[in-house]
Amino acid sequence: MSTKHSRSLARIMIAPAVFALLVWMLIPLSMTVYFSFKKYLPLRGGDLGWVGFENYSRFLSSSSFWPAVGTTIFIVGSVLVITVILGILIALLLDQPIWGQGIVRIMIIAPFFIMPTVSGLIWKNMFMDPTNGFLAHLWRAVGAEPIQWLSHASVASLVTIISWQWLPFATLILLTAIQSLDSEQIEAAEMDGAKPIGRFFFIILPHLARAITVVILIQTIFLLSIFAEIFVTTAGAFGTKTLTYLIFQRVLESQNVGLGSAGGVYAIILANIVAIFLMRIVGKNLDN
Amino acid sequence: MARTVTPQKKILNTALSWTLAIIIFFPIFWILVLSFKTEGDAIRTPIEVLTSTWTLESYSIVQERSDYLKHFTNSIIIALGSTVLGIIIGVPAAWSMAFVPSKRTRGILMWMLSTKMLPAVGVLYPIYLIFIELGILDSRTGLVVILMLMNLPIIIWMLYTYFREIPAEILEAARMDGASLTSEILYVLTPMAVPGIASTLLLNIILAWNEAFWTLNLTAAKAAPLTAFIASYSSPEGLFFAKLSAASVMAITPILIMGWFSQKQLVRGLTFGAVK
Amino acid sequence: MRQIELKQVSKHFGDIEVIKPIDLQINDGEFVVFVGPSGCGKSTLLRLIAGLEDVTSGQIFINGKDTTQLAPSDRELAMVFQSYALYPHMTVRKNIDFPLRMAGLDKNERARRVQEAAKALNLTDYLERRPGQLSGGQRQRVAIGRAIVREPTAFLFDEPLSNLDAALRVVMRLEISELHQRLGSTMIYVTHDQVEAMTLADKIVVLQAGVIEQVGSPLDLYHNPKNTFVAGFIGSPKMNLLSGSEAEKLGAHTIGIRPEHFTIEKDSGLWEGKVGVTERLGSDTFVHLHCPQLEQAITVRADSTLSVEYGEKLYITPDTDQLHKFDANGLRSHGQT
Repeated sequence: MSTKHSRSLARIMIAPAVFALLVWMLIPLSMTVYFSFKKYLPLRGGDLGWVGFENYSRFLSSSSFWPAVGTTIFIVGSVLVITVILGILIALLLDQPIWGQGIVRIMIIAPFFIMPTVSGLIWKNMFMDPTNGFLAHLWRAVGAEPIQWLSHASVASLVTIISWQWLPFATLILLTAIQSLDSEQIEAAEMDGAKPIGRFFFIILPHLARAITVVILIQTIFLLSIFAEIFVTTAGAFGTKTLTYLIFQRVLESQNVGLGSAGGVYAIILANIVAIFLMRIVGKNLDN
Repeated sequence: MARTVTPQKKILNTALSWTLAIIIFFPIFWILVLSFKTEGDAIRTPIEVLTSTWTLESYSIVQERSDYLKHFTNSIIIALGSTVLGIIIGVPAAWSMAFVPSKRTRGILMWMLSTKMLPAVGVLYPIYLIFIELGILDSRTGLVVILMLMNLPIIIWMLYTYFREIPAEILEAARMDGASLTSEILYVLTPMAVPGIASTLLLNIILAWNEAFWTLNLTAAKAAPLTAFIASYSSPEGLFFAKLSAASVMAITPILIMGWFSQKQLVRGLTFGAVK
Repeated sequence: MRQIELKQVSKHFGDIEVIKPIDLQINDGEFVVFVGPSGCGKSTLLRLIAGLEDVTSGQIFINGKDTTQLAPSDRELAMVFQSYALYPHMTVRKNIDFPLRMAGLDKNERARRVQEAAKALNLTDYLERRPGQLSGGQRQRVAIGRAIVREPTAFLFDEPLSNLDAALRVVMRLEISELHQRLGSTMIYVTHDQVEAMTLADKIVVLQAGVIEQVGSPLDLYHNPKNTFVAGFIGSPKMNLLSGSEAEKLGAHTIGIRPEHFTIEKDSGLWEGKVGVTERLGSDTFVHLHCPQLEQAITVRADSTLSVEYGEKLYITPDTDQLHKFDANGLRSHGQT
């Protein structure tokens, strides 16, 4: 496919990108690993020497660790379940002939383009504010006591906000996948006597399996590092502290860099586990 | 799968779709409404809100009090700067991988994508430290660089998939026709790749515009883009529904419009081609 | 002296030797066809001459000059690709003009040459269209136009007709042949279709697995195939190749008999056969017979008036002076024709 001349040229052309990403990855990463083995408190004495794995064990044994893991898993899990199930249903619906499909599509996709700080604040104030929020007005209108969303149902509220943001992504990808299904396959199943439910479970769902996996993996990677939505709503209070948020607090708020860095290394390992599965799917796709 | 359905079914599907779409879109619609109200009217019941008078007051207050335009400019410079820089670095890299593939191409591409999956919080402090050291904390330059690095893998990936759709034979034909490498890229590849480069540009501007980890943690007053500016409204001091709505509307409108144009590229770019 | 010469040219892709060291001479004005089954290395060989691939070893001389290390753009060759490879964003005029623009010719000269090429290829009415608005045959002509304007040392064609339908292929084949007669230039043409090779070539190069099996004129290859591969590859329908006891009786390990070299009788003959499928082309009729003595099917050409039915018995006798004899290695036995 190529000659010596073009190959050496290709190496020069790719060099800046490789160099930039290599520096971007290696320098901060090795610094994080370095700090994670130190007692390092920038505002209270700075570098206080090597401590081995102490930060790692302290991070795991701290009282906020397991609740943060629990919250992270709960938020990621719930958002995944909600967005995937609703996403499939909406995608199936949008695949049907309807009037005004273009406008419906545009409306459904919109939340994805809202910056996280804005969507966090819209929900926190205009909708979930217990006195003046839209939902409070709605509750009062039916004679119910308004709910203190962000303090009494804080995690559920966050799940709602994040699901609202990510539902369009899931829907769009699943819709793309459904539309790539060969209509002759559905027709053949119809000729074979499959009812709509059967067609869904035997033809459509297996066809969507890969898209669903991709949605789950990509969303997981993004959801694990959800930050701004929590930052502007509860700031980690009321049991909404995720692993990412906990590390952020350790590093920037309590300025315990060693401890935070150990947490960062855990987060990197966690993300890598998810990434490996995702890369395998992407890699397979590269071959054909 | 455009198949024929009975009219009743079509009416039902349409009603259902519109209901869902309206519910999902409602928060955005509602802040649009609130942004045209006075603070006093904005906190009343929904019926009263809709029937109260309309005003542009909030928009002018937002600009006056918090210098909205400055943050808007920051957002534009950061989003455009990081994306254009990324494309300048990404086009040659994608060209190499698409047209002169080697045994290592696949590995390099996968490695590039994997850097995108590193959790930002894992390297927060080192970056913070480096930024202080280089004196680029709270500067637009710093954010341009970091957001470029964040999105470079997506930029390269998208360009790569677009370039791969251009048949290698056409570039070979140019070579046979006596074109040098420069002419080949300038007269043949680039004109053919314009749509792909444009979509890459669009999607990455959106991603950079909405990025809210680095922009929140690495800026203060000076370089704060809209994400950080809006976040400053999160402190619970008094009621400001109308102003917050006006600020939000101004922050999301340009990107919402771009987003609607780039739906297809979104699927392609964010799934790294795993879903077509 | 527009001549191309390959000296011990070979090509490896990793560990795979796609082209084993090859020597070949292509003379001025010659129409040379590389033919062989897919994967035989014929396209690679063409791309080596074009400079689109590096040779692993050996040298390529064009006009007596060693061009082995030259970039494609410096070899003064023109190429027509299988997919035509037209520039989709340029009009037909700009497509044809592109090589001239790259060569830096002056504007008037370029316009004149484009006009000339368009006229020769019946493209004058389409000059302002884009490739997407043209039919397959027209695109093909644009690709040829782009090749001829530069007046190159030689034209390279890489399976140019394989994307066209059967009827158009015959028309374009004639056009290319005529073009060659008119321009008198050197052409190298790659195809897997032996009919194209036979009808177009002055010289056919038969390749298999990276090795040249035989080089010769079409009729030379047809009448004197050097081995069983060439014998089976050239000619349609294929030559019948028999081995076993019946071949021994005729004095060779393998015997080749072309379908037209049989006498067909209804009552007696050397071999008995049961009629299978009969293909009636109008001018000829091809009968596929199953012969129990030979344990294989034989294709014979019969007069179009022959009337036979499925399952009927026929007797066939080969013309003994038209036998092709091959030894155990598949090579033509010498001494006999």
